[in-house]
Amino acid sequence: MGPLSTKAFLIIGAAKMLMIFVGWLTAVAGVTLAERKIAAWIQDRSGPNRVGPWGLFQPIADGLKNFLKEEVRPAGSSRWVFYLAPVISMFPAMVVFAVIPIAAPLPTRWGTVNMIVADLPIGILYILAIASLGVYGLVLGGWSSNSKYSFLGGVRASAQMISYEVALGLSLVPILMVAGNVTLPQLVSQQQDALWYILPLMVGYLFLTASYFAETNRLPFDMPEAESELVAGFHTEYSAMKFAMFMLAEYANMVTAAALMATLFFGGWDIPFWSGDNMTLAADGSVAGAAPAWWKTTLTGLCFAAKTGFFILVFIWVRWTVPRFRYDQVMSLGWKVLIPMEVVYVALLGGAMLYLDYLGIPFGTRYALYLTALNVVLMLVIVFVVDRNRIILGAGWRQTRPQRVKSEWIEYADRRQDSR
Amino acid sequence: MDFTQLIFYVAAGLAVVSSLLMITRKNPVFSAMFLIVALFSIATIFVLLGAHFLAALQVIVYAGAIMVLFLFVIMLLNLGHDFEPDIRGRLGWAFMGGLGLVLFAEILTAVQGAPGDAGGDVLTPWFEAKGVVAGVAEPLFRDYAVAVEITGVLLLVAMVGAVVIARREA
Repeated sequence: MGPLSTKAFLIIGAAKMLMIFVGWLTAVAGVTLAERKIAAWIQDRSGPNRVGPWGLFQPIADGLKNFLKEEVRPAGSSRWVFYLAPVISMFPAMVVFAVIPIAAPLPTRWGTVNMIVADLPIGILYILAIASLGVYGLVLGGWSSNSKYSFLGGVRASAQMISYEVALGLSLVPILMVAGNVTLPQLVSQQQDALWYILPLMVGYLFLTASYFAETNRLPFDMPEAESELVAGFHTEYSAMKFAMFMLAEYANMVTAAALMATLFFGGWDIPFWSGDNMTLAADGSVAGAAPAWWKTTLTGLCFAAKTGFFILVFIWVRWTVPRFRYDQVMSLGWKVLIPMEVVYVALLGGAMLYLDYLGIPFGTRYALYLTALNVVLMLVIVFVVDRNRIILGAGWRQTRPQRVKSEWIEYADRRQDSR
Repeated sequence: MDFTQLIFYVAAGLAVVSSLLMITRKNPVFSAMFLIVALFSIATIFVLLGAHFLAALQVIVYAGAIMVLFLFVIMLLNLGHDFEPDIRGRLGWAFMGGLGLVLFAEILTAVQGAPGDAGGDVLTPWFEAKGVVAGVAEPLFRDYAVAVEITGVLLLVAMVGAVVIARREA
């Protein structure tokens, strides 16, 4: 079958947009409930359980409440910017989803449809471009409120997000190097042919996760908000639905980040250990690899949803497990730890790839396995040499394996604990 | 009218209007925001021209990084309130207006003196052969590698200089 006709393309494109928009909004609403439920389980509570069975309708009740609440605009605030800021903060998370492939190509009467809204030739760069706009909502919201607490929150937020944008961009470089292209459908098909990039690029995944936690302002990097020790930051003066928009934007960013992690490192919609879904759609409408089928599209879509759901779970899990970094720790982790380590990693990876090319090994499973070996070594170096129990293994490790600590104060504390 | 044409006129009109608004607003924050809109519109025009990579760079570098820094500095130095324009008095306006006209005339002559579309569309086949990213990257890192490296060193020097100047006052 040939490519879609223009009319079919427009109609199907609109349908895809509507589908992804509705699905994504539903997911965001679900995540707000999931966050509260999982928090409750982690803290041994029941969580919201009054509205509907298991509190399932809680997001609807929350939304309704926020619509009915009074909107307050602080005196002396800048009206247009004040109203615009929540919208701007929603926008980037939404449009990034346009380049994420959500399922295997779907065969229809009018031709095979790629399950992606826009297969841009600049895929990952588009993500970086849009992600770099996310900070405006926070900054402008903080500034336009005409309140010093909001303002300080806005400055805090922008400083953090600018810093981690660099780390985020650099953490995508290893993928670009190995993949040799930037479009996400091709990334997915390469991962189907070789290995999921989590294995050959696991150190890169570590960096990406750290940067994404900071970019989405989630714990342990939720400095822009820091509601428990600093005032809530840039949205202090916001009320009702506009406040809810900022909250939704955070969850929306989380959903998008989770979907990206699944796509970039965990094979996207690929179902592992099954070659029945290894298909790629060319621009002329022909399909290479396995034959597309509607049930394959459904299964891969569910697989993508499951992977995304897992990473959302990780986001929530981390939030209710680890405490917040101090502001100077956040900054030094970004500039003095992540960025230099990423540069070194890119250099090492580049060297390894050059050597593999020199040996004449083509891109494939074997190539990926060699890179996996390199990454395992680097991972061990990071955990046991570079980190030295400061961040990754942290306090829990110290408790299970008592170590010689130089500080007299900690020795004193340990002795007191032992004698108890 | 073609759909592409429609997008072009919307983007171009937005670029012109937001540029005008940017230089006429008294509040630096609004100026910065309209500049962002203008940069975005120009990125749209790049996309229409098939230069996806340039459009992405335009948004990443200008709208995403430099303008965030602009806003950050405006806010950090507490400049987010109305300012009197730098151009004051009838003479100042006349001088600046004249300067603008001269610039406009220069651009007009430059456009008219430029070689026409004799070679036809060279870029589209080039990008189709090389890919959108490699089409820009290849000349940059092969033919002009030395220039790129020198520019990098220049930026480093500027950065070190800024750090040195900032430290002297402390």
